[in-house]
Amino acid sequence: MSAENKQATTVAAAAAAEPAAATVNMANLRGGIEYASQWELMWARFKKHKVAYWSMMFVAFLYVVAVFAEFLSPFDPEDPSSRTVYQPPQMVKFDGFKPYVTKFKLTRDPETLKPTYVDSDEKTYLRFFVPGFEYKMLGLVPTNLHLFGPAEAGEKVFLFGSDRLGRDMFSRVIYGARFTLSMGLIGVILSTVLGIVLGGISGYYGGKIDWVIQRVVEFILSLPTIPIWLAMAAAMPRNWPPHLVYISVTVIISLIGWTHLARVVRGKFLAMRGEVFVIAAKLDGCSEGRVIFRHMLPSMASHVIAAVTLAIPSMILAETTLSFLGLGLQPPAISWGVLLKDAQKISVISAAPWLFLPGVATVLAVLAMNFFGDGLRDAADPYSH
Amino acid sequence: MLNYIFKRMLSAIPFMFMVSLTVFLLIQAPPGDFVDSYAAMVASSGETLSPDQMAELRHRFGLDQPMIVQYFHWITGVVTGDFGYSFEWQSPVKDLVGERIGLTLILSLSAMLFTWALSLPIGIYSAVKRYSIGDYVFTFVGFIGLAVPNFLLALVMMFIAQKYYGMDVTGLFSSEFQNAPWSLARVADLGKHLIIPMIIMGAASAAGLIRILRANLIDQLYMPYVVTARSKGLSETKLLLKYPVRIALNPFVSSIGWILPSLVSGAVITSIVLNLQTVGPMLFQSLMSQDIYLSGTILLVVCALTVVGTLISDILLVILDPRIRLEQ
Amino acid sequence: MNTANQTSDIILDVRNLRTYFGTGEKAVKAVDDISFKMMRGKTLCIVGESGSGKSVTARSILQIVDPPGKIQGGSMMYYGKDPKGVDLAQLHERGKEIRSIRGHEISMIFQEPMTSLSPIHTIGNQICETILLHQNVDMAEARTRAIELLRRVEIPNPQVAIDKYTFEYSGGMRQRAMIAMSLACNPKILIADEPTTALDVTTQAEILALIKELQTSYGMAVLFITHDMGVVAEIADEIGVMQNGKMLEFGSAEEIFYEAKHPYTLALIDSVRKLETSARAARGSRVTDKKLMEIRNVSKIYPARSNFMGKPNPPFKALDNVSLDVFEGENLGIVGESGSGKTTLGNCVIRVLSCSGGEVLFRMADGRIADLAKAGTHELRQVHREIRMVFQDPFASLNPRMTIGQIVGEPLLVAGTHTGEALRKRTEELLAMVGMPAGAMERYPHAFSGGQRQRIGIARALALSPRLIIADEATSALDVTLRSQVLDLLLDLQDTLNLSFILVSHDIGVIRYFCDRVAVMYKGQVVEHGPAEKICSNPDHPYTKALISAVPGTHPRDKRIVNRHRYDAAAAGIQLSGS
Repeated sequence: MSAENKQATTVAAAAAAEPAAATVNMANLRGGIEYASQWELMWARFKKHKVAYWSMMFVAFLYVVAVFAEFLSPFDPEDPSSRTVYQPPQMVKFDGFKPYVTKFKLTRDPETLKPTYVDSDEKTYLRFFVPGFEYKMLGLVPTNLHLFGPAEAGEKVFLFGSDRLGRDMFSRVIYGARFTLSMGLIGVILSTVLGIVLGGISGYYGGKIDWVIQRVVEFILSLPTIPIWLAMAAAMPRNWPPHLVYISVTVIISLIGWTHLARVVRGKFLAMRGEVFVIAAKLDGCSEGRVIFRHMLPSMASHVIAAVTLAIPSMILAETTLSFLGLGLQPPAISWGVLLKDAQKISVISAAPWLFLPGVATVLAVLAMNFFGDGLRDAADPYSH
Repeated sequence: MLNYIFKRMLSAIPFMFMVSLTVFLLIQAPPGDFVDSYAAMVASSGETLSPDQMAELRHRFGLDQPMIVQYFHWITGVVTGDFGYSFEWQSPVKDLVGERIGLTLILSLSAMLFTWALSLPIGIYSAVKRYSIGDYVFTFVGFIGLAVPNFLLALVMMFIAQKYYGMDVTGLFSSEFQNAPWSLARVADLGKHLIIPMIIMGAASAAGLIRILRANLIDQLYMPYVVTARSKGLSETKLLLKYPVRIALNPFVSSIGWILPSLVSGAVITSIVLNLQTVGPMLFQSLMSQDIYLSGTILLVVCALTVVGTLISDILLVILDPRIRLEQ
Repeated sequence: MNTANQTSDIILDVRNLRTYFGTGEKAVKAVDDISFKMMRGKTLCIVGESGSGKSVTARSILQIVDPPGKIQGGSMMYYGKDPKGVDLAQLHERGKEIRSIRGHEISMIFQEPMTSLSPIHTIGNQICETILLHQNVDMAEARTRAIELLRRVEIPNPQVAIDKYTFEYSGGMRQRAMIAMSLACNPKILIADEPTTALDVTTQAEILALIKELQTSYGMAVLFITHDMGVVAEIADEIGVMQNGKMLEFGSAEEIFYEAKHPYTLALIDSVRKLETSARAARGSRVTDKKLMEIRNVSKIYPARSNFMGKPNPPFKALDNVSLDVFEGENLGIVGESGSGKTTLGNCVIRVLSCSGGEVLFRMADGRIADLAKAGTHELRQVHREIRMVFQDPFASLNPRMTIGQIVGEPLLVAGTHTGEALRKRTEELLAMVGMPAGAMERYPHAFSGGQRQRIGIARALALSPRLIIADEATSALDVTLRSQVLDLLLDLQDTLNLSFILVSHDIGVIRYFCDRVAVMYKGQVVEHGPAEKICSNPDHPYTKALISAVPGTHPRDKRIVNRHRYDAAAAGIQLSGS
């Protein structure tokens, strides 16, 4: 009998489950574990996963950077200077408590006229909260205050070096975070809406609709994404304004990204539909809507959130890839992908390897989100051991 | 079982039809057509095309006909082995892509083999020595592998090879073999040039596959049948290979279905960065110039590659798993 | 303690065995300082409820406890070839010595033959593996022996069966194959870890008889792990009773069953013996002659479907023309083995599943007759206030994300009968009715044990003052001592609340204890129905006879399974279709 069966399997499970339950940090739970809702249990479990926890902090930090890009950038990212082309990064040093960088002197080879930068003894002191270019904080408050910058107006500091037009890479990477990260977020929102709606319909109703949606999902999943993205992106008229390009690139990315989410949602719905407590809810007299929203969705929410978090990195990778090839965002828009486009030529990157820094930023962001999402997924079902 | 394989192959036909339709819509989607971009190109060199000339060109290429007719022409051509004519290169598409498709296939398959060769032992190790230092190292490296986009990895490899070894890793052949006829030496040269792209393309897939294999194997390691086998007196190694690894291999085999599309994707982008003579750079170029029959053919071929891959993995799975093979 | 005190009769001497999961203060002491002896050719039963450590004890002997479990101390002297004995606890768990004993001198069979055998290797492959591992024979010889073993465990057509896969065998056959595998090298000790728990009662009887018979002919000692006192009574020579990792009592079958000293042992035996009586008779049932429900010719047919390989499956009749009545105040039992359609019937009656044909007429409180088989959404919702369900699995049936108050109050809230303070009061009242404190309301299901959760499930069923409750295996996920408690609770509620029950169960004891009338199901049909007392002691239909006689008793002096009635479905095909 399956009944007996279950009983006996719980015997084995019980031994393993007990220590696991005991290790959940009770101190963090208001009123003890017995009164803890799923979110409290998940939080307690998630926090135990240190890498995921700090990754979450880092992701939050990145989004703060993206929001306050103007404030955090010492210079206007579009401000060129012919005297600082491809200047290497400068290290921050300390003179007591005063931070400074040493200036680079530009010298030109007398024969080839190739510019080379030589370290000098001259110091550029740095200060916090200095005035700089004008902007509107959060798009509302006009100000010219920046987190840090050279103590004397008119000086330049290149923490991440400069690019072929002598623009500050540090400011550009910060600005790039804004486009790249927001695109990841918006793309994933579009994907999630598509995925939840289609996956939900597929999983809840089953039958013919399910069959059709599943074939479509399979079809899209079996296509190699990059060639298809290329073809779609190539279909965009060259002369579109930046915001239209931004929107359409996001749409292109999410048109493929929704399939995975749809699978997750469908799978959960299918599993949930047969759950005994869902049948019990139906027998309790709940309407279809109440069964879905009161009884099924709360059980799925955490899984969907985890899947959504894990989908953002692939959006970011897609954006950088497309922009890198010149098919995504176009300058003057700044994204990490657009910045990496400058690093295409081997001659350029051998001379100025700091052009890889936007790539490092991308990898760190994706890494952190993957760790974060993984931690969420592990914590998503607090009732398993 | 033969019956199943036959049916499974038949089911690929509507799939390919969908693919062809999608591809056709994609290549037709850009506003304007080849004649427009040709006119723009000519205009940049100071000449102008009269509307009459443009109409004539359109008529010659069949671009003035309704979409559905154009699709029909194209697809009947494809089925009979005529992939159309490249406007840009002024030559039949077939002649242009022939060798490049072969090289794409070789590149993708070697990346596939690399992926497997790397992920199988590491996956088993990570599962068996769970939470060991080695496991953590592999897991961490795997996470990085998943986080680095193909093109960036290609750039970095290119940079490192150039800077520290003075090597040029672009291209699939050394210059002396570039246009040489096939010979053993040319194959050897190709093999040497394949290594770096193979690693670039395989890294992310291998990282993904290791995680899947590790998770599957961990599920299997504590299954009752493993305890049974242990209670018979089998040694741990024999037991591991005969039971859990063997069973965890089934999802491994079916991974072709999703790895191949991503490898083909990776082949395209890696080839663009490293300028390999695969279909990648040509696809990029033809999309830019709206050389639709060329880009259409390439898209169709890469999609077909993945469809065939899925097909093979499904069939392999049936052969490997008696539960599916003998399902009554 | 017992008559066989001479060392030569002892085959395994376990002393102060301790197996812990984890270390330090957090360690779970699964086996906590237990000692026992096994005699050559005798059967030792270790009995206990879930979590008692009985399985871990069995696995410790072969050192195959899953990590992080580890033997922390004690000795296990095994007197096999070496008369001085080997201490199994001292052997390295991966070493050659223990491996040459596993499967060779001490072999083991497990609870779930389906998952305990590899799904992708043939049965023959797995049996031959053991033979080749421990005996110096070639493949052909191993195969011949494997076929012989299969024949020995009464698997029909062994030459063909040897090349089949696990999933091609039936449950009982799988366990037979498993036994064949364990016998491959003539072991001295057979460890059987709940080998019949996953099986139907008639199959269980056959497997028990087989083990008994093989034990005699092979002269093995058997260590039998089970939670079922009935099984113990049938086969044990000696018995150890375990609870929370401790051995509470150890003695001969006679001693344990007739002179047990420990209260826990007594409670275990009592709770089984209790189910050999009828509580309805004792309490005086109040069955009326007013029909509450009429089930008329209900069928459930799953249509033909072509499977993965394109072969069409014939349509499957889960329910075939079932007709039954339920009277007010009555407890109707539906009993049958797995696949008999009993659960399908329960689900069809309450319309969790739709019927393919027939009527389910229910007389509502206001006198209207509703046909559940055809009722629309609105009517169904009304009927569902009067017919409620208690589910089998208390872990799956409560939404882990809702508090107990929300779960029990949900039907009231949805029906709109109670809101705010009234809702809270009523919920508290319902919890009190099932013996749960009001403080449970704000807590989540994970705070409660299986038995408590089942009480909560019952409170939810009672919320709208129903008239009929369908209890689908409502006690089978519970330990035996809890089982009769829950049944008593239901009976108490029935006395005060004017309830009727349909109890679906595979457990004859539960049916006998709880029901007035019983319907016996077999392959989608009701083969016999009548008063519980008659069906459970003197049935007419040969299938029911086989079923009843296969139920283990509780008296080692009166072993029933040996004298059981066997039912051959094929031979009885005529009787079945005629009924």
